[in-house]
Amino acid sequence: MIESIQSHSAPTPQALRIAKLQRVQDFLFHRITQFFALSVLIALLGIMISLLFNAWPALSSFGPGFFFTKEWDIVNDEFGGLIAIYGTVVTSVIALVIAVPLSFGIAVFLTELCPGPLRRPLGTAIELLAAVPSIIYGMFGLFIFAPLFAEYIQPALAATLGQVPGLGILFTGAFNGIGILCAGLILAMMILPFIASVMRDVFDIVPPILKESAYGIGCTTWEVVKRVVLPYTKTGVIGGIMLGLGRALGETMAVTFVIGNSHKLSASLFAPGSSIASTLANEFGEAEAGNHMSSLFALGLALFLITFIVLACAKWMLSNMEKKQGLKT
Amino acid sequence: MDVEQYGEEAGTKNMITSSNMNPGVYAKRKRANKIGLTLSLSAMTLGMVFLLWILGVLFFKGFSALDISLFTQSTPGPGSEGGGLANAIVGSLMMVGFCTLISTPIGVLAGTYLSEYGDRSRIASITRFVTDIMLSAPSIVIGLFVYAFYVAQVRHFSGWAGTLALALIAIPVVVRTTENMLRLVPGSLREAAYALGTPKWKVAFKVTLVAAKSGVITGILLALARISGETAPLLFTALNNQFFSTNMNAPIANLPVVIFQFAMSPYDNWVDLAWGGALLITLTVLTLNIIARVVFREKVQG
Repeated sequence: MIESIQSHSAPTPQALRIAKLQRVQDFLFHRITQFFALSVLIALLGIMISLLFNAWPALSSFGPGFFFTKEWDIVNDEFGGLIAIYGTVVTSVIALVIAVPLSFGIAVFLTELCPGPLRRPLGTAIELLAAVPSIIYGMFGLFIFAPLFAEYIQPALAATLGQVPGLGILFTGAFNGIGILCAGLILAMMILPFIASVMRDVFDIVPPILKESAYGIGCTTWEVVKRVVLPYTKTGVIGGIMLGLGRALGETMAVTFVIGNSHKLSASLFAPGSSIASTLANEFGEAEAGNHMSSLFALGLALFLITFIVLACAKWMLSNMEKKQGLKT
Repeated sequence: MDVEQYGEEAGTKNMITSSNMNPGVYAKRKRANKIGLTLSLSAMTLGMVFLLWILGVLFFKGFSALDISLFTQSTPGPGSEGGGLANAIVGSLMMVGFCTLISTPIGVLAGTYLSEYGDRSRIASITRFVTDIMLSAPSIVIGLFVYAFYVAQVRHFSGWAGTLALALIAIPVVVRTTENMLRLVPGSLREAAYALGTPKWKVAFKVTLVAAKSGVITGILLALARISGETAPLLFTALNNQFFSTNMNAPIANLPVVIFQFAMSPYDNWVDLAWGGALLITLTVLTLNIIARVVFREKVQG
């Protein structure tokens, strides 16, 4: 009996061959999939290195002052990134200031107020809004929003906020429609659904028992949101906002259509300006090799590094949130 | 019966104590609640108004530009009448098609690695982090990279360069969805296969990937939706071509760049064509998104 088991379990040469083959196949499978996974990493490193390599001539000839100089003179071959960086930062800040409260409202509505049967279709509608290509937002901004903005909103802003001492300078100038403020507003419309859907997802993580306990001691819905949901999801909410910021900083098409593409620094938000992405989109195709092209690469490098840091922070905060969810279940 | 009576008693007691509370504070809390919820409702309304406004304008302008010549004629030259988007539509389809052929195997295999080997490996967690960042990286910078890496070396713009740029955007989408979907496959399924002596690669290809098939398809569809509307990375990779061309090794017309150039132009018929193209792109993207959702929902139910 024992003998028969032993003889049965003793591997035949054929079985050994199969086992060996399978081990080789498994090894190959491991390495091949690993290679493709690493290719994403290599692509990222490649992007950084190639941007740095191509930006180097400009960075070395203009020095770190490149990022603080406002000159952008193609004829005299003088370049500085200040105007584009300023435009990128200001439009993104305007977008966040408008989009964050609105998306918070939307997320609260979807998680706390919305009647059950409507929750799913409305959530899907917000997600579809996020899927609309950015060039559509740009066209919408240029052809529909900017004329209305010039005719109604700009005069109204100039008449109200424009009269406030100190703030007034932000709202002066011709009512052109297109400009930094308009670009900020279009960006706000664009990142609104991104931030709203992340916020809704993190609000959904809050354990029902916490909310029910708060309702049980007589809290109002608003108090539950303010005192229970928001403190519990703080990092996730900030992560969502950073994600929106990352999108806003790097957005090209929605901004290029409406920012006005001018290389002038102006205190007024009504004035046309340019962002890093819009400068790249407009000038890169026609740039001569040399300082001009290299300066454009330097701007691209700056944009990539800024968004990388912002997105890394966002990711880190959101993954902390996911861990919290992991503990719960 | 007893319990109900007790409940009633407690109810009346509660009523009595609640009449002792400060009505001023109560009214204030109620007011704050009402204001907060009204603001939330108006934010939602505003969001919906934006969505309907954008789609409304797009459908109105787009459908009025839509006719058969849009699909049969190539883009018109400056100042000439009529014309269509046939070359741009074909160019876009070719680039998106090749991009799918490239990014699907790479993305699925990388996603498989992350889910099957990625639990203990440090490289895997770094890759996951980087993939998440690449998901939202500025697409114009990817265009810059492909220009420096490919276009500047071969010294001409080409459809392949555009495909490469789009693939760099699509791959992270496929990787992350594939990994997430494979992780939804129950461990017992894998263990059952291992218990039969199945090697790991066979388990991955014949068990987990098959079980997660519709999830993986969802990821590919979402990646397709994402790249169909991408404009920025194509501006200095595929460039544009006024004429009908299927040569992937030369500049090729594509819908997003044509829309960009035509919308900024002074010619009315160009602007109309841009709206028509914008409608086509948006319909494609929204349809792909909806199909992806339906595919995924069927999977979850089944």
